[in-house]
Amino acid sequence: MGRDLAVIATLFLKASSLQRKRAMLTVAAIAWGTVAIVMLLAFGEGLRHQLMKGQRGMGENIAVWWPGETSKVWEGLPEGRPVRPILDDIGYLRGRITAASGVIGELTSWSSSLSWGTTTITGRVTGANWEYGEMRHHFAQAGGRFFNANDEREKRRVIFLGDELAKDTFGEADPVGETMFVDRIPYLVIGVLEHKMQMGTYKGPDANGSVIPITTFSAQFGTQRLNNIVFKARTAEDMPLARQQFNEALAAKYRFDPTDEQVTGLWDTVEFGKVMAKIMIGLQAFLGIIGGLTLLVGGIGVANIMYAVVKEKTREIGVQMAVGAHRGWITGPFVLQGMTYTLLGGAFGLLIAVILIMLVRLVPVEGNQALEFLGKPTLSVEIAVATAALLGFIGIIAGYFPARRAASVDPAETLRYE
Amino acid sequence: MNWPLKKKTNGDGTSNGHIIEMLGITKVYNTGKIKVEALKGIELVVDKGEFVAVVGPSGSGKSTLLNLIGCLDTPTGGSYMIGGEAVAGLDRDALADVRNRRVGFVFQNFNLLPQLTALENVELPMLFGGVGRRERRRRAVEHLERVRLGDRVEHRPTELSGGQMQRVAIARALAMEPDIVLADEPTGNLDTGSGSDVMSLLSELWGQGRTLVVVTHDQTLAKRAGRIVEIRDGLVVTDRRAVA
Repeated sequence: MGRDLAVIATLFLKASSLQRKRAMLTVAAIAWGTVAIVMLLAFGEGLRHQLMKGQRGMGENIAVWWPGETSKVWEGLPEGRPVRPILDDIGYLRGRITAASGVIGELTSWSSSLSWGTTTITGRVTGANWEYGEMRHHFAQAGGRFFNANDEREKRRVIFLGDELAKDTFGEADPVGETMFVDRIPYLVIGVLEHKMQMGTYKGPDANGSVIPITTFSAQFGTQRLNNIVFKARTAEDMPLARQQFNEALAAKYRFDPTDEQVTGLWDTVEFGKVMAKIMIGLQAFLGIIGGLTLLVGGIGVANIMYAVVKEKTREIGVQMAVGAHRGWITGPFVLQGMTYTLLGGAFGLLIAVILIMLVRLVPVEGNQALEFLGKPTLSVEIAVATAALLGFIGIIAGYFPARRAASVDPAETLRYE
Repeated sequence: MNWPLKKKTNGDGTSNGHIIEMLGITKVYNTGKIKVEALKGIELVVDKGEFVAVVGPSGSGKSTLLNLIGCLDTPTGGSYMIGGEAVAGLDRDALADVRNRRVGFVFQNFNLLPQLTALENVELPMLFGGVGRRERRRRAVEHLERVRLGDRVEHRPTELSGGQMQRVAIARALAMEPDIVLADEPTGNLDTGSGSDVMSLLSELWGQGRTLVVVTHDQTLAKRAGRIVEIRDGLVVTDRRAVA
């Protein structure tokens, strides 16, 4: 085996550098294919990354429930009864959903007038428990804060603004510490949302809304009926149990069938995330196949040039056979040559792709929704490994078939003609 | 990779001293519909140290015979022993080894590898024969000096004259110290001067006790041989030894 390799290596190094132009073009074709596959996969990976981040923007491991009507007869009660929990039910649920790390209620006013100075806009106001800040990823920009347990208990008139809404109302001014009016009632602005990527939403982007303590909301708007209940499972694995406990607790209190999906239907972000992940895998595979096909075209180019070389060298192959070359010593250098072109092209392509990716990442994306998702191509170890494996495979194939033709040369036939 | 590391016999190890022993050799080329019978039963025995010229008109089967002797091809029928070793049933790599160890080829059109230097061309059979790098180099230089090309070792074929190229080819043929040197019209592409140089070189090799089989149309070359075998229509028609 060692001797075989030595012979192959010696012959390979002695092989003439064939027409450079053709070799260059071939290497360029492989490089282009590599750029294509790496860029496509990197954009796919970046998109996946941003989507996952965007999904986390709303909060992790949370489920959002809306009030509904029963659709099943239960213990002598008819179908079609509304299930409308109130503020006080949150305490009841917290004691029973042990698999959840938090349960909160939300009250919503879809169009309240929000004014500061001479500016008045119509906007969304949500009343929520103070845990909402953590659970729904409402993190304040420097200098501000989300409201806390004391604010909620004492029904303080404090308001936390979405970053877009803050801009619409206050322009360039710093809202924190200012007093603004919500339906003509004064509120102290205590924080503005730190800009975040958010994909999922159940009442519009958090950036366009404002949040006040649920107790304050209830006092001002005079309502107890919850628009949403949100709970957060301790871990992603706890979500099914948390949902079951939620259904049972609510069903016991409002007397409906816990399997009545008309009432218990909710948005489970854990499950949704799994579906998203699968879609992304499909998308990555699709991009990979397109890139792979481009690379394959380059591989065919290598095979083509290798066939030409074999044809040109038929006589030399015959001579080598006549003086005692084994089959493997004839084919080895050709396979090696095909591999060399492919890997050389691959290395060039990878270099170009990395430079391109770095350039694209330099483009500022803040504030541009489309670019926030597409403008962050990301290289990963998996992409590098997959590309290298594909290059190696194509290289071997591109060298192998021409080499097989070389090995089938009949020395007697070759050396006969003049 | 392993192949039978037979002790090199150089003909001496055979029971009867025959280098070539062909009995009833036939060769049929099957070109689709037509079967061409190139050899119809060749009987040929060549002993160590003989210089045999194979002559005959075009299409008589000379080249086919040479290919069979050189193990570039295998016979359709009959038995062939080279240096006491039966060729029948050997696979391609084993045949390549037989060629490497036992046969040195000299072609009409030299068939040197254009991208290799004279030295590297002579080294090639030794590379395939498993000779170490230093030893290869030493022996290649020695063989080139013997064909009076000691000052051309680093030249490529394009930088050599026809006669010089053929002398490199002869050095290459001798590189593995083969049992037999096979030459196919070695002077066919050479001018008279270079041709007679090559002829002298071949005679010299014969004088050193080597076995040569030369296919030729060249009467001058044939006359130098110790034995002339004439082939016609795939059969040996005359086989005469020169009287010294």
